[in-house]
Amino acid sequence: MKTRRTSHVLLSLLAYAVALVMFFPILWMLLTAFKTEQDAFSITPQLAFAPTLESFRTALEQGSGYWHYAFNSLFSAVVSTLAGLLLAVPAAYAMAFYPSRRTDFTLVWMVSTKFIPAVGVLIPIFLVYKNLRLLDNLWGLTALFTAMNLPLLVWMAYSYFKDIPRDIVEASAIDGAATVQTMWRVVLPLALPGLASAGLLALILAWNESFWSLTMTDHKAATLAVYIASFKSAEGLFWAKMSAASVLTVTPIVVLGWFAQRQMVRGLTFGAVK
Amino acid sequence: MKWLLLAAGMSVASAAAAQTEITVATVNNPDMVTMQKMTAQFEKAHPDVKVHFVTLPENELRQKITTDIASGAGQYDVITVSNYETPIWAKNGWLLPMDGLPASYGVDDLVGSVREGLSSGGKLYALPFYAESSMTYYRKDLFQKAGLTMPENPTWTQVEGFAQKLHKPAEGTYGICLRGLPGWGENMALFGTMVNAYGGRWFDLDWKPQLTSPAWNKAATAYKTLLQKYGPPGVTSNGFTESETLFARGQCAMWVDATVAAGYVSDPKTSKVAASVGFAQAPHETTTRGASWLYTWALAVPKSSEHQDAAKAFVGWATSKGYIDAIGASQGWLAVPPGTRKSTYANAQYQKAAPFSGLVEKAIAAADPAHPTAEPVPYTGIQMVSIPEFQAIGTRVGQIMAGILANQTSVEDGLKQGQDFTNRLMMQSGRMK
Repeated sequence: MKTRRTSHVLLSLLAYAVALVMFFPILWMLLTAFKTEQDAFSITPQLAFAPTLESFRTALEQGSGYWHYAFNSLFSAVVSTLAGLLLAVPAAYAMAFYPSRRTDFTLVWMVSTKFIPAVGVLIPIFLVYKNLRLLDNLWGLTALFTAMNLPLLVWMAYSYFKDIPRDIVEASAIDGAATVQTMWRVVLPLALPGLASAGLLALILAWNESFWSLTMTDHKAATLAVYIASFKSAEGLFWAKMSAASVLTVTPIVVLGWFAQRQMVRGLTFGAVK
Repeated sequence: MKWLLLAAGMSVASAAAAQTEITVATVNNPDMVTMQKMTAQFEKAHPDVKVHFVTLPENELRQKITTDIASGAGQYDVITVSNYETPIWAKNGWLLPMDGLPASYGVDDLVGSVREGLSSGGKLYALPFYAESSMTYYRKDLFQKAGLTMPENPTWTQVEGFAQKLHKPAEGTYGICLRGLPGWGENMALFGTMVNAYGGRWFDLDWKPQLTSPAWNKAATAYKTLLQKYGPPGVTSNGFTESETLFARGQCAMWVDATVAAGYVSDPKTSKVAASVGFAQAPHETTTRGASWLYTWALAVPKSSEHQDAAKAFVGWATSKGYIDAIGASQGWLAVPPGTRKSTYANAQYQKAAPFSGLVEKAIAAADPAHPTAEPVPYTGIQMVSIPEFQAIGTRVGQIMAGILANQTSVEDGLKQGQDFTNRLMMQSGRMK
């Protein structure tokens, strides 16, 4: 009994240690945001310091354009997630309940598009966007995010649908429900926790995306990732300002994640045990 | 009523359409931040132009601008460029020549070496926003205490002697701070001038790399000795900003770096050593040729811009004498963008605020990118070689130099690696037969 308790305590301590290591960069960013540039830059790390809101003031001052970037981030993340779900749900539904010979191949092919690093397709996408005049365009960026998260959404939705007994679909068909009705009224409510967590994940990924935002946008469609990058400089101190900008950027999504925590865990473990 | 609203809406829309929107791509250096704040004045004088800024870190900016211009995307109307890429991009036909400037702009007021660095085939392709050379910063109080005198034109050997005497890590003072952070614009800017000062060069007249020459060896050995024996710890993480902060905190007895830092280290608000900082020319050794660098941040208009007139007007405004005067009047003369105009250095108010101005003027005027080395070379550029291959070469050799400082490789082996890499690249590009 005693050894069990000891190992339990040790495991808990280990879990806390791992959590601290993972959380430490975020904690350090948070602390740095409240330091002066000099303290933030100090070679000997400053743990005791007089907190200041100066960096937040600079990051939010008129001309920094925080709200403009925040709107673009919000718009592209929310719209791309909704569009992604709209496309992914019917596709996954068809593959889960009406599989054909090519379903497995299609699924593998979809996920294989994620094997290529984004930079590998940068030039063709850049040229296509340039010719369609979609560079620095919010709809263009949103379309990119939708395409980026689509394989993930299809896969997640597919696995949730797969966990729903086929008998339910057949029973509702016998009762006279059309395919759309079955999907909308019977299957979707059952898969909702899973779909919600998939949507949330897509939202977080789109919000945090930086590669495409930095490459395809400049001002009009630029997101918070571009806003953070703009603080880096080869001359002058910028760590505190950049940390404040990062805090302002991650806070909305962290708060959302916090509230949706239970939903996320429930959704991600949906069907894990049969 | 509905029609009235529609008409009002249309008139608002047409007014908006009449306004030209230009996008300026720039970096977040303090002088550029000031420019963004001052832009309201430009917009006031040009109510039909609205200016947007895209601010990115230097490397990302360079990549984005290159992609934009090479693909003709035309996203930027004004770009921030240096004297490294201006002649190369001008030859590629990417930049609009800066001709037709009004007499009031005062092209002749621009410092000769700076203007030359932004020209190609006798035509100006970018207008200088600020320019810098390199010089030696030192602590007068520490020198006086140790009974030492810094000459106006020191040699690297003398600097090493001073560093040895002033290196007191136990008291929190290191003999010398120099850039160690790898990068063609970081450690290689300083080390490039050291190679020149020791009589070395990047290439001979047939574009054959010279990294294994005795001059390179001597320069690399001196660089390694200075930083390993008398430098601060973790020097391979120190670029311009880190070194500037160390010096301003009073932790370096000497520092050789960009003249643009003179204002920062002389300002009591930002520097603990403002009262005791002394200035001298960048050290030389066997020659003074190329011993101090020349770097210019300039504004140019890419040919792909769709609003060339408005863009040119902005560039003309941001690099004008009027702009410098406006900064001097509103933010103090220490804050003006330095190095570009003769009139800045002739200004009594600037001379009073910046006691180092004479030395900086001399360093910038003396920098001769067309003749950067003791022996003849086929290229222009002092701390860099104005060929597209140099970014890759400078980056790689910069990493090797950091490896030498970290004792990962010896001077001989490191330079041999650099020589082989450069050889390979020059063969691939077809420049070296």
